[in-house]
Amino acid sequence: MALPDDLRYSKEHEWVRVEGSRATIGITGFAADELGDIVFVELPEVGASLGQFATFGVVESVKAVSDLFSPISGEVVEVNETLRASPELLNSDPFGDGWIAKVELADASEVDALMDADAYTAETA
Amino acid sequence: MSYSPHTAADRERMLAAIGVESVDDLFADIPSAVRASAWDVPPPLVEQEVRTELARLAGRNRIPEVSFLGAGVYRHLVPSVVGEVIGRPEFSTAYTPYQPEVSQGTLQSIYEFQSLICELTQMEVATASHYDGATATAEAALMACRLTRRNRVAVSAGVNPDYRRVLETYCSGPGIEVVILPIDLTDGGTGTTDPAAVEALGAVACLIVAQPNFYGQLEPMRDLADAAHAGGAQLVAVVEPTSLALLAAPGDDGADIVTAEGQPLGIPASFGGPYVGLMAARMASVRQMPGRLVGATRDVAGRKGYVLTLQAREQHIRREKAASNICTNQALMALAATAYLVAVGPAGLREVAELSTTQARHATAALEDAGLARRRFGGTYFAEVTLNVPDAARRHAALAERGIVAGYLPERHDPALRDTLLLAATELTTDDDIARLLDGLEATR
Repeated sequence: MALPDDLRYSKEHEWVRVEGSRATIGITGFAADELGDIVFVELPEVGASLGQFATFGVVESVKAVSDLFSPISGEVVEVNETLRASPELLNSDPFGDGWIAKVELADASEVDALMDADAYTAETA
Repeated sequence: MSYSPHTAADRERMLAAIGVESVDDLFADIPSAVRASAWDVPPPLVEQEVRTELARLAGRNRIPEVSFLGAGVYRHLVPSVVGEVIGRPEFSTAYTPYQPEVSQGTLQSIYEFQSLICELTQMEVATASHYDGATATAEAALMACRLTRRNRVAVSAGVNPDYRRVLETYCSGPGIEVVILPIDLTDGGTGTTDPAAVEALGAVACLIVAQPNFYGQLEPMRDLADAAHAGGAQLVAVVEPTSLALLAAPGDDGADIVTAEGQPLGIPASFGGPYVGLMAARMASVRQMPGRLVGATRDVAGRKGYVLTLQAREQHIRREKAASNICTNQALMALAATAYLVAVGPAGLREVAELSTTQARHATAALEDAGLARRRFGGTYFAEVTLNVPDAARRHAALAERGIVAGYLPERHDPALRDTLLLAATELTTDDDIARLLDGLEATR
């Protein structure tokens, strides 16, 4: 599957889409496939302060539980409430309706440390 | 051939790898006073000699003829069917199986147990049991910290002092602060927790309150729950299971987590157990509950079946991030509680609770009428009562010599309660027991 090339990717399999001072965060299709059917997402609280590569939530699938690591630091301004009732969106549309949180960036330059689509493809090959 | 797990050289290498000088250094955290320094083991005995020695030791047990001892463990009738059920070889295991879904009978029995505990407490989900009431209560405090993301818990001084010690131990590792909410223990006081004092505690993850409390008194649970919730805290209710047949269910009184010692439900009073801890909560909190949960489902053919569910909370999947890495269950004792509850039924449990409260009131009235004792607190009590009794410690010891255990001596954990006795009655307390207690106190006046 071709990866969206407007996103940046972390080694922990999160993606980030930067729009101005805001960023949207999610997990990659690769991560969702590896986890299997996702049954529960523990979302961060709006207002929570995230550190780059620090844990900010949990995803639980039928076979495993994994921490979510924020690819960038900043303050949570919105979370995807739909995931509480429909966590399967992480499997069916990880780069779209399965987004997890929107963050006000603390340091836009952090994004430079992340991978582009080609680098992430090589990472997960 | 002798079995040698590792050689001296192996041990040296392992010690060097972790940077410790000697094996003894591994035990440095254990106070030397409780460490075995030398093993003074007598020479071997033949079977007959062992039997004689054990019989001699058993003969030193003093089985009281009359007992009013409670303080967390209660002597109730255990119907013979309980022993019959838990003695069946299919069930005689202390633990849930490691390949659980092939043991549908075991899982069903645990599911029934969980359902009974939910019904008793009027809560939405119950665990497959815990080690005992104290550890279940400590786990509830840790659970409340996870739910509220707070690092401080409040416990009423009306909670069993042993439970409070276990709570302190559980909280010492993760660095959770434990604050005590005092209760009014003065002569003529309420003997209960003051809801108006909750606000001054500041932000806490939970307020832990016992109903009835350690001194037998009924706490204002609804007001305590409201006070806890006003500060964003969970209300943890530590209950006595037979009392639930008479008292308002904690789930209807605003409790967020309910814990209990399940021993009164078909398990004999025995020093050190085995007992069983109960825990129930709201479904919204289920992912933060510790320990095992059995769920009911349907297989591909539509037949009902039972599974261990929500296992991603548990240590074998979630490793160090598990809801608890230090809890266990008591499947066999949970089965005893299940068999007991099914055998006595709702009406039987109500009779047990009613007879216990009635006999506690008979005993209190008899002692008060004879001028031997006086209730220390106002308010209402369940089946255990705190009495002012002059010279209580001396008379407690003197009565023990006569085969009568005159309850628990509260001064053992709180010197302010000198010259009081905590007496418990159950449906096994006879009028003759009460007469013998009265005679004994009269004779030791």
